[in-house]
Amino acid sequence: MNGAQIVVEALKRQGVEYIFGYPGGACMPIFDALVDAPEQKIVLVRHEQGATHMADGYAKATGKTGVVLVTSGPGATNTVTGILTAQMDSVPLVILTGQTITPNLGKDAFQEADVFGVTMPIVKHSYLVRDVKDLSRVVNEAFHLASTGRPGPVLIDLPKDVVSNEWNEDFTIGLDLPGYQVQTSGSADGIENVAELLSKSKQPLLYVGAGAVISGAGREVQKLAEKLNAPVTTTLLGKGAFSEIHPLSVGMLGMHGTAYANKAVINCDLIMSIGARWDDRITGKVSEFCKNATKIHIDIDPAEFGKIIQPDVSVNGDATEVLAELIPLVKKLDTSAWLKKIENWKIKYPLKFPKRGGLRAQHVLYELDRLTDSDAIISTDVGQHQMWAAQFCKSIRERQWLSSGGAGTMGYGFPAAIGAQLGKPKDLVVAVVGDGGFQMTMSELATAAIHKLPIKIIIINNSYLGMVRQWQELFFDNRESGVDMEGNPDFVKIGEAFGIKGFHLKRSGDVVKVLKKAIDYKDGPCIVDAHVVKADNVFPMIPAGAAVSDMLIDEPPKSQKMQKPVGST
Amino acid sequence: MEEKFAISIYVCNKPGVLVRLAQTFARRGYNVDSLVVSAAHNPHFSRITVVVQGEPETFNQIIRQLNKLVDVVHAMHHSDTDVVDREMALFKVSVKPSQRAEIFQIVEVFRAKTVDITDNSLVIETTGDSSKIDALENLLGPMGLLEMVRSGKLIMKRGLEET
Repeated sequence: MNGAQIVVEALKRQGVEYIFGYPGGACMPIFDALVDAPEQKIVLVRHEQGATHMADGYAKATGKTGVVLVTSGPGATNTVTGILTAQMDSVPLVILTGQTITPNLGKDAFQEADVFGVTMPIVKHSYLVRDVKDLSRVVNEAFHLASTGRPGPVLIDLPKDVVSNEWNEDFTIGLDLPGYQVQTSGSADGIENVAELLSKSKQPLLYVGAGAVISGAGREVQKLAEKLNAPVTTTLLGKGAFSEIHPLSVGMLGMHGTAYANKAVINCDLIMSIGARWDDRITGKVSEFCKNATKIHIDIDPAEFGKIIQPDVSVNGDATEVLAELIPLVKKLDTSAWLKKIENWKIKYPLKFPKRGGLRAQHVLYELDRLTDSDAIISTDVGQHQMWAAQFCKSIRERQWLSSGGAGTMGYGFPAAIGAQLGKPKDLVVAVVGDGGFQMTMSELATAAIHKLPIKIIIINNSYLGMVRQWQELFFDNRESGVDMEGNPDFVKIGEAFGIKGFHLKRSGDVVKVLKKAIDYKDGPCIVDAHVVKADNVFPMIPAGAAVSDMLIDEPPKSQKMQKPVGST
Repeated sequence: MEEKFAISIYVCNKPGVLVRLAQTFARRGYNVDSLVVSAAHNPHFSRITVVVQGEPETFNQIIRQLNKLVDVVHAMHHSDTDVVDREMALFKVSVKPSQRAEIFQIVEVFRAKTVDITDNSLVIETTGDSSKIDALENLLGPMGLLEMVRSGKLIMKRGLEET
């Protein structure tokens, strides 16, 4: 067999069902080998960035590794944004890139790009394979690395001659990774220390991140929270690790988190991270963050300990295993006064939006949540709509919330929804996107249409790059600069051109009616173009780099001059 | 205040390892003072000794990030007293025959060696810890020092423990 057939057979042995890809000269042998492997379906995308986000959405929704196959040069460099997105959010991807033949490497050959070098800072690991005999081992290692420990993207650069050479592969070679060890069970000492610290806490807060989702620790998080009687906040990417309709949930924390979650952060005497990395969206000004609270950190990646916050106790391990060992050691805490305080904040500072003054994004998302019983897979883009969706679309289970958190990649939401729908054909998948981000990857409408995927694409359309505009309004004297999306197309007509059903939504009174129509539409994708009020702002808000206590729960009075944020973006 | 740290790293002998290490340092603003890479006694692995300069607060973070790299088997910082450290240096000095005697005296005191001699130059070789080499450099500086090439620091853990 030739190298390409070895690659395809190795992928088959990994149980790969979808390959998101785009062909070109250097990867033609692999596309050719795929003709004889019908169990691995090629999803032909319209741009390689779309392929990476689809694989990402597929991986986030299913927990399996997403696979991307593209050609050399520009085909490979077009995956860079998607690789960064997956790396920042710990998503398991294997990216196969074609490459020029080995004698041409380094000679500026046609469609040659040093993609091994270009992507090195944004991958978990990468390979440039120079010998056909290494292919089977490298594919096995790539899947192992991508999916174990803290997951991430692994790139395999495949020169065309290597995948064309013949080799009689018996697929018996295992992994050769002497430098890669994953600690899954936490140390007994560490876990006892955690139990000890918890037992002394009067106002604890469990702070749950994507690590818990990846680990599948939802059940353990719930058991722990209920046994301790402790409130739980989830990060943007931790949404679903603990049901947001559970009475102990305070929802999302951080920059645009709920006021009561952030008040709990300010007032807790102990905060315990379960697979969350104290991101700057959450801590704000680090020196002020939970200054007097005991800090516990559970993470599978030991490099996270002390990176931002120095924990009092850290436990290196897999969230599910560590919590399973911890739960028998903890006792119910007397948190009734603490929970009462939180309950009062929930009553005093609920998430809300104006009922008048035109169609509101929050209203659309609130009704979407209600009409789907909080049970849809929600895939968002990046910006105001993302934060409103995080606030108003409750996550009740793991792998239900797909969003680009770390990288904040515009253009992510819609292709990720395609990947999710392919991986979860029976689930209701909704892409919540802005008019800006959607235009970055809307060429994938063709991909969604071909596969007749019943994705609901809800465009929160304010003809603005709303989040940037919000910052300009609050911190730059309302001097608008480069945010007006004048020239937006009619998205319903765009959909029509692809044979996709579309609905305009312009009046508050029509929200339920139009959403119901969209949800009931099963014959392929459909678009809801929601023309929302142009200049709305997301609150609560903690300005970047400010302390959590500087949270703006509501719109500040126009007369209040705001300091320019010191934190990045 | 920036400080210097010596780190010993044991890595798989695979293409790209050095770039990954270099990126880890560069990203966090660490300057590489010296770097020695060579095959380990098992040819599938390499030994690297690197001396970097950076903020002590981020140093543990750097070690963790190095250990996180898939091809790194281990990266460790050893305190000075736990290790033997050696560095080699070559000095080229411009010197007339009449002035040689003075230089030879220095060479002798430092237990260095003269390895090349011409009518108007000497090449001196020395081995020792880095401070000895610094001292020799300071002495030769005013005496016509033209060039200095240093190997970079090598460290090895004392006793049976692994470097």
